[in-house]
Amino acid sequence: MGVTILHLSLLLALPPLLVGIIARTKAWFAGRKGAPLWQPYLDLWKLLHKGAVYSRTTTWLFRAGPIVSLAAALAAGLLTPLGAASSPLGFSGDVILFAYLLGLGRFFTMAAALDTGSSFEGMGASREAAFASLAEPALFLVLAIVCVPAGTASFAEAWASPWQTWGPAHPALPAAAVALFGVLLAENSRIPVDDPTTHLELTMIHEVMVLDHGGPDLAFVLYGSAVKLFLFASLLVHMVLPVPPAGGALGAGVFVAGAAAVAVLVGIVESVTVRIRLLRVPQFLVGASVIAALGLAVLLYRGTP
Amino acid sequence: MNSDASTASTMTPPLRTARNGEALSLADVPLMTMDNFRRAVLNACSAEVRLAALTVLPGLEAGRILLAVLADDRRRLLGLLCAAVPLDNRYPALTPDLVQAQGFEREILEEHGILPEGHPWPKPLRRHSDLEGGSHAPRGPDPYPFFRVEGPGIHEVAVGPVHAGIIEPGHFRFQCHGETVLHLEIQLGYQHRGAEALLLRSQPARRLAIAETIAGDTSVGHALAYSMALEALAGAAPPRQAEVLRGIALELERLANHVGDLGALCNDVGYLPGASWFGRLRGEFLNLSLEICGSRFGRGLVIPGGVRFDLPSAVRDSFLVRLNAADVDLLHIADVVFQTPAVVSRFEGTGVVTAALAETLGLVGVAARASGCDRDVRRDHPVGIFRQTSIEPAAASSGGVMARAQIRRREAEFSIAFVREQVAALPDGARSVALAGARPHALAVVLVEGWRGEIVHVAATDDMGRLVTYKVVDPSFHNWLGLAMAMRGGQISDFPLCNKSFNLSYAGHDL
Repeated sequence: MGVTILHLSLLLALPPLLVGIIARTKAWFAGRKGAPLWQPYLDLWKLLHKGAVYSRTTTWLFRAGPIVSLAAALAAGLLTPLGAASSPLGFSGDVILFAYLLGLGRFFTMAAALDTGSSFEGMGASREAAFASLAEPALFLVLAIVCVPAGTASFAEAWASPWQTWGPAHPALPAAAVALFGVLLAENSRIPVDDPTTHLELTMIHEVMVLDHGGPDLAFVLYGSAVKLFLFASLLVHMVLPVPPAGGALGAGVFVAGAAAVAVLVGIVESVTVRIRLLRVPQFLVGASVIAALGLAVLLYRGTP
Repeated sequence: MNSDASTASTMTPPLRTARNGEALSLADVPLMTMDNFRRAVLNACSAEVRLAALTVLPGLEAGRILLAVLADDRRRLLGLLCAAVPLDNRYPALTPDLVQAQGFEREILEEHGILPEGHPWPKPLRRHSDLEGGSHAPRGPDPYPFFRVEGPGIHEVAVGPVHAGIIEPGHFRFQCHGETVLHLEIQLGYQHRGAEALLLRSQPARRLAIAETIAGDTSVGHALAYSMALEALAGAAPPRQAEVLRGIALELERLANHVGDLGALCNDVGYLPGASWFGRLRGEFLNLSLEICGSRFGRGLVIPGGVRFDLPSAVRDSFLVRLNAADVDLLHIADVVFQTPAVVSRFEGTGVVTAALAETLGLVGVAARASGCDRDVRRDHPVGIFRQTSIEPAAASSGGVMARAQIRRREAEFSIAFVREQVAALPDGARSVALAGARPHALAVVLVEGWRGEIVHVAATDDMGRLVTYKVVDPSFHNWLGLAMAMRGGQISDFPLCNKSFNLSYAGHDL
């Protein structure tokens, strides 16, 4: 029970903090002081107290988009351990459900965007669909790398294995981490794939799909994006950090520190590099797949250590 | 340059040549028949001569005259051609043979009701917003049609006039196939304030303020052109100190805008260090303008007859220290930005305008020089301090975002050197001279190289020496079509970057 409460509180409370850490890191690089770390929480609070305006041309799909995508992200968050040995709803095969819950959220975001009939949002949905289909193989190859040695398709069991059975020297692990970081950047519309802070609709991928949402709907969208970022960060942390399998306070502490470090890393990437040309995004994602595939090939060839 | 005979070979007589900032008597500009006028303009423009302005003036007697201002950059001359407007208010359009005239002829139709027959796209230039009942609104089922591409997979994207950023309004209509732009049509006019008419209608004391706000980011450029036009009409020359300070102010305006644009270009590709450093440096240059005249945008400095403020010798040293510090920082960040491969790969090959296209469209300023068109009013038609300065216009040839960024960088470096030199040798003396009244029936043509490019002001007086015509051509007027053409075959996601690299003025176009 205590473990579940800890899991739920981490899942519900932490995601906006990562967004705040990224913004603060970028501010530091730009020579600015930056907004306080808890600014995203204040933004969500503000949005939740606003009204929403709905276009007469939209249907229930438009209103369902933010809710379903947030619900799907939170449900996915119940499948992956957060600094503990298990997760509330983990089962054998939960990695597949995890990937497709995120896919379900994306589908509803795209459907809501198309529902507006706006040419911007249609363009964003088309980009999102194209790039997501390229990010998915990379994600599955990464999941295969962590699942094959454990002989399971469950996060809890897979996370138990890396630091006990592999040792840090196995080349498949860094390959998986690099590929996963690439997928994290792409799936969460960060530079170099997308620019979450731009106001230029024509260049956007994810943000342009949610232009018509306001008030509480926008709060759900932003919160859902933060949860998604947090989940990818949690995968990365479990993959590369020796999180104590026993969990508890130490596990949670290591996990939170790791997640914050991932946010700082994202902020650094956004501070020192540029957004690549939209036409190059597929190359970026295929590159991530290739790195993960190489890792998997090495793993299968050399066998589990 | 000094031979009228060589001019005559490219500019068929009867053509009145003039220098930048010179006033002519209207009676001295010969009236041609419309046929000869058309032939003369087309002949001249086929030989390295540009159409700098095309407008309508009230004639000396009854009727109106069509005035073409031709700029011959190589011989450093302006040519003036006039033709009487036919009584039926129609004439054969120049545009089918001279693309540079397209905007001018649409304007002439809209403002003066004179029909350029055979114009391929005589759509209103600015006044479409009068659609709801305005007297100027054309009638018909679809008075403002957009050019459309049709076919399977073609989609249309409409952007603006209300944009996401705090920018001016303009409407962009893209015809796309997937991510590729087949055609872009830009519809402006939302900022139309009637600046030219307002200028004529206002008290003379208010006119300078109106000129300064024709395009807010080019306050010095337009104020300078207006002041020079009045000085030309009155036959006055500003004192030497005023000429130097005007040059300094013009270059500070160029610096602030170029550096700000470089920052904005970095911001558009998501390159944080460039965006923040250039952004801060823009403020440094604006503050140097503040030091001179109390306005970061140089407002109130240039007045007809001279300048209103000077730079006391007590503050010159600290001014130079600040300028030099900004110079060091600018060199540093420009090196970082232009040597970052990720930035270079975004800039290169985006939004290319070839030299031939730039020549055809009559582009001016940064956009023209980036495409390899060697033109700069400061060198080609120099006035004031630029007569005594050797200027080598920044050159590039690739014609894309990268070239436009590099031009800005080089011009910024030149401007810093220029300001440093001029401040160090700033003469003392009178700041301004009093202007006598303007001569009657006079015509003045003034060109100024504003930071975007060539600003043209044409002023004419009536029999009492009062202003009766005031025509303003902002560089944006020529260059918007360049942006539209630069997008052809490009990626729609590159539009904001491409747009920023031109950074044209909506207000300057819309007047």
